Amino acid sequence: MDTAKKRKKIRWKKALPIYLLLLPGTIYMLINNYLPMFGIIIAFKNINFKKGIFGSDWAGFDNFKFLFSSGNAWLMTRNTILYNLVFIILGIVIPITVAILMNEIRSKIANRIYQTLILLPFLMSWVVISYLGYAFLSLETGYINDSILKAFGKPPIDFYQDKTWWPLIIIFVHQWKGIGFGMVIYLASVVGISQDYFEAAKIDGATKWQQIKSITLPCLKPTIITLFILNLGRMFYSDFGLFYQLPRNSGMLYGATQTIDTFVYNALMVQNNYGMSSAASVYQSIVGFILVVLANETIKRISREDAMF
Amino acid sequence: MNVRSKEEKRFELAGHIVMITLCFFAIMPFLLLIASSITDHDVVVREGYKFIPKEFSLEAYRYIFGEWAQIGHAYLITIIVTVSGTFLSIMITTMFAFGLNYTDIPGTKVLFIMCLFTMLFNGGIVATYYTYSNFIHIKNTIFALIVPGLMMGAFNVILVKNYIKNNIPGELIEAAEMDGAGPIYIFFKLIIPLSTPILATIGLMGAVMYWNDWTNGLYYITNSKLYSIQQLLNQMNSSIQYLISNANNLGNVDLSTLPSTTMRMAIAVVAILPILCTYPFFQKYFAKGITVGAVKG
Repeated sequence: MDTAKKRKKIRWKKALPIYLLLLPGTIYMLINNYLPMFGIIIAFKNINFKKGIFGSDWAGFDNFKFLFSSGNAWLMTRNTILYNLVFIILGIVIPITVAILMNEIRSKIANRIYQTLILLPFLMSWVVISYLGYAFLSLETGYINDSILKAFGKPPIDFYQDKTWWPLIIIFVHQWKGIGFGMVIYLASVVGISQDYFEAAKIDGATKWQQIKSITLPCLKPTIITLFILNLGRMFYSDFGLFYQLPRNSGMLYGATQTIDTFVYNALMVQNNYGMSSAASVYQSIVGFILVVLANETIKRISREDAMF
Repeated sequence: MNVRSKEEKRFELAGHIVMITLCFFAIMPFLLLIASSITDHDVVVREGYKFIPKEFSLEAYRYIFGEWAQIGHAYLITIIVTVSGTFLSIMITTMFAFGLNYTDIPGTKVLFIMCLFTMLFNGGIVATYYTYSNFIHIKNTIFALIVPGLMMGAFNVILVKNYIKNNIPGELIEAAEMDGAGPIYIFFKLIIPLSTPILATIGLMGAVMYWNDWTNGLYYITNSKLYSIQQLLNQMNSSIQYLISNANNLGNVDLSTLPSTTMRMAIAVVAILPILCTYPFFQKYFAKGITVGAVKG
């Protein structure tokens, strides 16, 4: 009896400081992640700031009905999903090609310089990239209009008013910023492949192509599959900076650049439309949740240790 | 040492060509940005942005010097936010991750599951915005620039938690406990010094994130005294666009009072300068941060 009491006392002595260490993270998690989960009810309310969220009248599914009958929902869902699909496919093909070629370069110094420069755009904020983009795309002074098109005698293109080129621009800039990131990930896997395989293949007279096809790519397969499925789970989210800053939030371009994230921002902060924005935001959370869970279940079936849960 | 085949040399050559092309594309926009910031303003307006300045001018940088009260202030805000945000993130994340490793203490398992759940589900942008602005009242305070990015997600918690578990020998901690050290003492004297590699990695990623952040300012800051350098850049863009698109309604707007294109380009150069100067030195750690972050552990 006495010893049990004593042990309990000692455990408390140990537990208390641990709770103290856990406290800031716990409070932060509750505020940053759990409190907003209750905020989802905003989407089902007719928000009235005088009455607060809890006092406002219930709206049922009216906000969602407005959203889906306005045509906005279809456009932003289509854009978000299509861009993500292109990004996922290019995000596999290009970085792997670059990583394999990078691995062929023997000079350590060249290797280091290449990696440093290719990764540089990844460190830039979207605001700065928007400035860089403007220097190329501006109607009056942009490099493309003023130097390239003029040299070929072509009429200038008003990029910020004409959405024709935007799918290409968005995809190009996304690659430009992200290629170094993808390369670094796959390079780590490529470097990790045992040299013995390649030595053995060489003795058997395999060409470089054959080595890539039968050694490198199969060894990368687990990484490819994991990243592929993880990205499928994030299909409903888009990089806000890419779609907001690069087209400078130009309304004429929404047909090609509006994604769920930019729609929510514009509806909330520009139009102050809580109903529309919260409906779109909840739509994104819930479909996003379903996709992540499905993705995780799929990974679990393929390789247990790569699953998040 | 075996002789390298012709084919291998061909592959290496192809590698060099592809890499040089990619490097060219990666740095070209920056060259255009820098070149236009040192070109005479009238030349830019007349002839557009060029890689080689036709008429060299430091007028834009002189302007920055003259306006340093505003620009320097934004710089200061960015530095304060980056330093304190990164430090607090590392501390909160590590304390939390270390605490979670004591699985024999009641509650730690629940907290870990709660932490994992945040990777699956979130309240969404609007609910988060509402919580921060109407419950926490964070709008137009410096906390708005720091708090929403703290802890940088559950993923970092898992990274640090696994690092501590796999790299710091349990016997070491037990020995310290035998000597009468409590968890807090162990945390500061053992865990922090022994986990510097992972802390440096997540700290670096966090610092870049804070330095580049403009979204928190966009959502929560309207007071120009709290503009970070990124938000200042963003704000200049949108106010110029606003004036141009509403020029007819507003009547006579004097656009010359706003910073000109070359000046804005120069401010952008000043904003990226610290990253450009320090990045080559931490490139290696940065690459490491990407690899541990992308594929677990």
